[in-house]
Amino acid sequence: MANFNGYLIISAILFSIGTIGVLTRKNSIVIFMCIELMLNAVNLTFITFSRYLGNLDGQIFVFFIMTVAAAEAAVGLALIIAFYNNKDTIDVDEVQLMKW
Amino acid sequence: METLFFLIISLVAIVSAILVITCKNPINSALALIMTFFCLATYYVMLDAPFMAAVQVMVYAGAIMVLMVFTIMLLNIRVNATRQQSHKVLFSIILGFFTLINTLVIIFKSRAALPTGPYSGDMIKNIGHTELIGKEMFTNFLLPFEITSILLLAAIVGAVILAKKKI
Amino acid sequence: MFDNVWLIPILPFIGFLINGLFGKKIKNETVIGTIAAGAVFGSFIVSCMTLYKLLSLGSEERLAEVKFFSWITSGTFNADVAFLIDPLSCIMIMIVSGVGFLIHLYSIAYMHGEEGFYRYFAYLNLFTFSMFLLVLGNNLLLMFVGWEGVGLCSYLLIGYYFHKKSAGDAGKKAFVMNRVGDFGFLLGLFTLFWYMGSTHNVWTITFSEMAKTSHLLPTGGVVTVITLCFFLGATGKSAQIPLYTWLPDAMEGPTPVSALIHAATMVTAGVYMIARMNYLFIRSPETLTVIAVIGACTALFAATIGTAQNDIKRVLAYSTVSQLGYMFLAMGVGAFGAGVFHLMTHAFFKACLFLGSGAVIHSMHGALHHAHSHDDAQDMRNMGGLKSKMPITFATFLLATIAIAGIPGFSGFFSKDEILWQAFSNPHHGSLNILLWGMGAIAAGLTAFYMFRLVFMTFFGECRITPKAKDHLHESPLVIVIPLIVLAGLSVVGGYIGIPKVIGEVLGGIPNYFEHYLDPVFKYSEEYMSVHGAHGGIHNIALEWGLMGTSVLIAIIGITVAYALYVSNTGIPVKFVAAFPALHRAVYNKWYIDELYDFMIVNPCKSFSQFLWKGFDVIVIDGAVNGVAKSVMALSGVFRLMQTGLLSNYAWSMAFGVVVMLSYFILK
Repeated sequence: MANFNGYLIISAILFSIGTIGVLTRKNSIVIFMCIELMLNAVNLTFITFSRYLGNLDGQIFVFFIMTVAAAEAAVGLALIIAFYNNKDTIDVDEVQLMKW
Repeated sequence: METLFFLIISLVAIVSAILVITCKNPINSALALIMTFFCLATYYVMLDAPFMAAVQVMVYAGAIMVLMVFTIMLLNIRVNATRQQSHKVLFSIILGFFTLINTLVIIFKSRAALPTGPYSGDMIKNIGHTELIGKEMFTNFLLPFEITSILLLAAIVGAVILAKKKI
Repeated sequence: MFDNVWLIPILPFIGFLINGLFGKKIKNETVIGTIAAGAVFGSFIVSCMTLYKLLSLGSEERLAEVKFFSWITSGTFNADVAFLIDPLSCIMIMIVSGVGFLIHLYSIAYMHGEEGFYRYFAYLNLFTFSMFLLVLGNNLLLMFVGWEGVGLCSYLLIGYYFHKKSAGDAGKKAFVMNRVGDFGFLLGLFTLFWYMGSTHNVWTITFSEMAKTSHLLPTGGVVTVITLCFFLGATGKSAQIPLYTWLPDAMEGPTPVSALIHAATMVTAGVYMIARMNYLFIRSPETLTVIAVIGACTALFAATIGTAQNDIKRVLAYSTVSQLGYMFLAMGVGAFGAGVFHLMTHAFFKACLFLGSGAVIHSMHGALHHAHSHDDAQDMRNMGGLKSKMPITFATFLLATIAIAGIPGFSGFFSKDEILWQAFSNPHHGSLNILLWGMGAIAAGLTAFYMFRLVFMTFFGECRITPKAKDHLHESPLVIVIPLIVLAGLSVVGGYIGIPKVIGEVLGGIPNYFEHYLDPVFKYSEEYMSVHGAHGGIHNIALEWGLMGTSVLIAIIGITVAYALYVSNTGIPVKFVAAFPALHRAVYNKWYIDELYDFMIVNPCKSFSQFLWKGFDVIVIDGAVNGVAKSVMALSGVFRLMQTGLLSNYAWSMAFGVVVMLSYFILK
């Protein structure tokens, strides 16, 4: 019982670190990696609970999250490349066409 | 012994996660992130989920991170000197701290539920994790599993279209 | 029994749809005219069949209601789209469809080559449809729909030459004045419905139900209020004092429109409405007095103005107002049958007169156009001697003029004399009767005078236009002449269905068919009068003959004076004008009534509107609206600063929101 707490705390810490990364970095690839980090923190929570509750549904969920993450990586990186082709930079602060 | 091992892995995971968000060079960030992923895979093994650990290493550390590193190399971006303004960093850290508290509270509040499922640790060890996952996946979750193929197809098409020279 | 009665209004409506929607594409005037006139002719045939069926019933059974569908049902309020077939509505649809058809026919030639030919016929058909709805509707609300419909068509047709400012203004004037009347109509409707419902639990606006329950109404009091409201509506639609000034201006429309709408049918709607609800009006002696006095005053007043006008159509317009005054006089003295009879004969001879004047104007216009003259084609001072140029028009015009002047043997004599006798002998107004009769008789003399003045100035004497133009004057085509002949014939013989009783007895006991025919419609009034008639009317045959002789004498004097002034001794009018310049100016300028209205009502309204516009609307309303917009802009100026376009700020806001929401759920 007690040892499950450790995993959950770690996942919370990793999630928060990922959040801070998303908020502070300007490099879009690094932001992207931070999002992956947050996803992984959530995955860890899922698997911990799955194990603790004796139910495999959480692990199946993680499987699907990984699929989505893979798809997201493909599309997201393609977007970054397209953005770089147009602007010669991947700094997110340059993405401001919608600004008034 | 196990606790010690857990603490060491945790330390590595947190340190490398912090490195991900602090390194100036994206390549370094990527490498630190791979380290974090390995740590997570280790956790999965410790949680009696070896199949998930394997998938973690293959998909994340293998496929996704390779893609990222490849992209970084391809774009060949010079290390950007401009940093985020310090007050924004401060605000972000405060927000991150509150996120941490919220997450912890929610996680521990929701632990009131007792173990209900049939899959005990012994059962997983006896039958085998992969087999259990497989059975579950191709019986109860067959339809979502098939739908992911459509998702991946859409992602492929999207990636090809977006990565063209002129959009 | 009356299953196909729905065809009567629907046919003109279909004509309206075809001409209105596709007329621009059809272009061919013959096709458009045939569709429009054919639709009304179809209505005429169905109307004839309806009348025939009605006559085949016993006189007590001559009442049928044909319901098509429920229109509005709300609580105790119920209004159907249903038609009421009784002798009164039958005579109205006969007039509307018969005269209407002739005028449609006439219009084909008259409007030839006009821009917007299809538009004219679409409006005319729409008018016919609305008029049918007005006279056939079995409840007040449906009648009101028709009432508004004819008002709209009148407005559209007066403003037919909308590029002329005077025509547009005349249309607006007619519309606004009619609105005043409609307001009264609606108030009367509401008051009646509310009063009958709240005091007797009879929630109805259906005519037949109202007639059956009319015995519940008291004499005077609230009924006076209701009937005065309805009468206000009638004054607007039927051009009575004080709302008559729009009708002379309405002559800006094409002449056939003046004939159909502003002489024969629409303007008689007020008379029809009062006749339709006679059981209400008979219960209020005060209202009857008001109606009688206003009718007599209008008859006399408009006749005086008619004596000094030079525009041929204006003379006829004032004549129409005057004749409508007679009809209201008849209503006011309780002689509903005589009023409707005069409505019918007036429709014949006034339509004939208008169409005849239209033929003259048409011919004059063509002639002046050929001669490149800019003289006014409607001014009688430019006419004269047309007798030889347009013999058929002259003959029909003369017959109709004799009819309106009230010469014995012609239709106008029978109806007008019946009204005058009833005005003298009715039991409602006591000593006022002699005054009413006197005003009516003088108006009859004036009518004879100005009508024959018109005839003499137009058709007799020397032609006053340039000789060059004179050669181009010619008789009108057949399509124009035929309606004239038919209407002139009707003006002559139309009166014989309603020969007054005294004459009928002399001629060997011929009954007054028309009055008997209408009896079922007025039976509730007669029941009321037989109970409440305090001091019955005068029944003195010798007196009636005497009065009849007097009125004929007055008419003949009028004619003689007109002959003396405008044929044998044309110098006198000029001297007369020179002798009484102020009087002539006042009469010529219509007693300055328009100016008076402008001064008393229009200008104060304008200044008040000006105040509302500049003072209230611009500052308060616009200020409020613009103020809201400006404060929104100022506020959004603040919020706009948040839209930095920086991704990190957006991400931070989002994360902040998530944290706040989570905290809320945790701490809850």
